[in-house]
Amino acid sequence: MTALAARLGGELRRVPIWVIWALGLLPLAWLIVRAGAGGLGVDPVKALEHQLGKLGLQFLLLGLAITPLRRLGLNLIRFRRAVGLIAFTYVLLHVAVWVFLDLQLRWSEIAADLTKRPYIILGMMGLTMLIPLAATSNDLSVRKMGAQRWRVLHRLTYGAALAGILHYVWLVKGWPAEPFIYLAVFGGLMALRFLGPRR
Amino acid sequence: MRLTWSDVTPKALFMSRRQWMTGAASIAALAAASRAAQAAVEDVPNSFEDITRYNNFYEFGYDKEDPYRNAGQLTIDPWAVVIDGLVEQPGTYDLADVLAGQPTEERIYRLRCVEGWSMVIPWLGFELGHLLRRVGVQPAAKFVAFETLLRPAEMPGQRTGLLDWPYREGLRIDEAMHPLTILASGLYGEELPRQNGAPLRLVVPWKYGFKSIKSIVRITLTEEMPPTTWNMMQPREYGFYANVNPKVDHPRWSQASERRIGAGFFAPRIPTQMFNGYAEEVADLYAGMDLRVNY
Repeated sequence: MTALAARLGGELRRVPIWVIWALGLLPLAWLIVRAGAGGLGVDPVKALEHQLGKLGLQFLLLGLAITPLRRLGLNLIRFRRAVGLIAFTYVLLHVAVWVFLDLQLRWSEIAADLTKRPYIILGMMGLTMLIPLAATSNDLSVRKMGAQRWRVLHRLTYGAALAGILHYVWLVKGWPAEPFIYLAVFGGLMALRFLGPRR
Repeated sequence: MRLTWSDVTPKALFMSRRQWMTGAASIAALAAASRAAQAAVEDVPNSFEDITRYNNFYEFGYDKEDPYRNAGQLTIDPWAVVIDGLVEQPGTYDLADVLAGQPTEERIYRLRCVEGWSMVIPWLGFELGHLLRRVGVQPAAKFVAFETLLRPAEMPGQRTGLLDWPYREGLRIDEAMHPLTILASGLYGEELPRQNGAPLRLVVPWKYGFKSIKSIVRITLTEEMPPTTWNMMQPREYGFYANVNPKVDHPRWSQASERRIGAGFFAPRIPTQMFNGYAEEVADLYAGMDLRVNY
């Protein structure tokens, strides 16, 4: 723990983790307020589903930005697990909206999607990769696994983020910019991580 | 000259439409009340807001609300439509000429988008067949090609590479002459809003919405099957026919059911009907064709 604590530091060390959760769930609160007030437009189910999915990707990318940022001198590593868990929360809610409100428990169609549609399969792969990460994003797991093995497992984040972004790219019609912006940000973060200066 | 609806619509028809509207409003209220009790979804027209704030019209942007936000700047007067190719009287027709003498009717059609959602829309329009007969179809004509306005200065989406502009669509001549196929220039008894394809758009209710091309500036009769925008881009996903068919999936998603827009978070999904429920009227057009091949 002292080794970990020594690596923390930076000006943000006194910010408690719950503040990150509160900030991270603000977009959810805003979505719920808009949904209640009829502010999600003509097709609120799609709006909610898409917004939750994009928030999941945004927090995954935020989590992936933490290591490159540390090389630039900004140490946010203490918040990384919370950011990842917030991303997982949004992804779970995104899938829940798909199952309950979009496909409405029509299991035969859900099963067909899960087996036949590459973009759904990719999305589900992303979710599946996130499950062990979410399950081990706590002090006890880090202690039990040991930091080295924990870090190796958590490299799955790259795969989960890439699967989620490709799920989005594959879903759209035509050539809209937005999913490709996510892909570019992911590529940029990977380049910084693997090609940038080592600490 | 600027035409209003009372100019091109017989007074009696115009008035009866008003009556229909109040009737529809009470039907809608009744249906809304009974919908909680029964699961069946009735074909109640969507609200004006639903229809005008949820559009796929990529000329004005990719998001469903973009056309509502961005279409206001489009100049629709003056407007001309080139009618050419295999017709007896080719030429550039002013919009007023196109509309002149056409018996305008209210047509309440289901619209099924290839993306898996649907609406019910009270169009005002006239049969495309009437217009084609007026300009004279040459016997060699087998297809009708349509083109949307290309005006990047007023259509911000055209300044991007979202699609291969201008938007193009087409029909077989018998589809074009079918009495269900209309050119719409109004909605809910009013002029067609710009985001819905003003001043003149196609409506083919048994086909996926992308066939119903908006803001038409060119109608060309041809012998060959014309290239169409989505088909050019992804031929495996978007066929020339694009008939609504719950049994033929889009390669990336199912077409078995649809969500009717406008009924909120808990609106039940409904089964998609063959030819969008117009099979009785149009199935004959495709007799003997394998609709899995000609999707």
